[in-house]
Amino acid sequence: MIGKSDDIIIKTIARIFVPFLQLYALYVIMHGHYSPGGGFQGGVILGASMALLLITHGYDELKRRLPEGVLLLLGSLGVLIYAGIGLLCLILGGNYLDYSQLSVILGVDAAHARSLGILGVELGVGFTVMAIMYSIFFDISTGGILPEDQRREGRVEGER
Amino acid sequence: MNIPFDIILQLFVVICAVAAITVRDLLSAVMILGAYSFFMCLMWAQLGAVDVAFTEASVSAGIGTILLVAAVLKTTRRTKD
Repeated sequence: MIGKSDDIIIKTIARIFVPFLQLYALYVIMHGHYSPGGGFQGGVILGASMALLLITHGYDELKRRLPEGVLLLLGSLGVLIYAGIGLLCLILGGNYLDYSQLSVILGVDAAHARSLGILGVELGVGFTVMAIMYSIFFDISTGGILPEDQRREGRVEGER
Repeated sequence: MNIPFDIILQLFVVICAVAAITVRDLLSAVMILGAYSFFMCLMWAQLGAVDVAFTEASVSAGIGTILLVAAVLKTTRRTKD
């Protein structure tokens, strides 16, 4: 399933679709605080676009664009952003995730600081959800056996 | 005769739910489950819960279907019962 597709129509359609999908996902994340959507939905759409690239362009291409180390780093970076903003508010004297306390650092008034704070939290949620959704799909579709392991052992399984 | 829109949507939801658990082919069941999620999404939007509808469309109809298709391709396509 994660092999490269031979069909030129499928590959071309996927190559045209993926930038628009990712642009839409970024729009959903950035507008999460005043329209429907948010970090979770935008992250899911980003992960789905990565899954589309994986099933059409193959594992080798995706490994070059998004290595597993970067994936793990993104997944934990999102949690760090979320917890970091919350703890920053706690350090500045407010409650956990009380964004109005950020106005001291950002130099804006409290309402604007709330808007920027929730944008940061949405970005963190989006990173984590994208990385975890993509890696769940990757683990299910490979079954935990990577193509490079099979190549090293000298047995090449037929592409599904 | 004027049937309300939400009655039609509920009818589609029930039809999709019954079809998803009666069909023998598991890949077809996954596809019908995706259609079920889409009709649920339309129903949430019609009830005014746009954020829930968005989550239903992206998570359940989008990535949930992809994950189930991957799981079906790694296991078997026919049910035993």
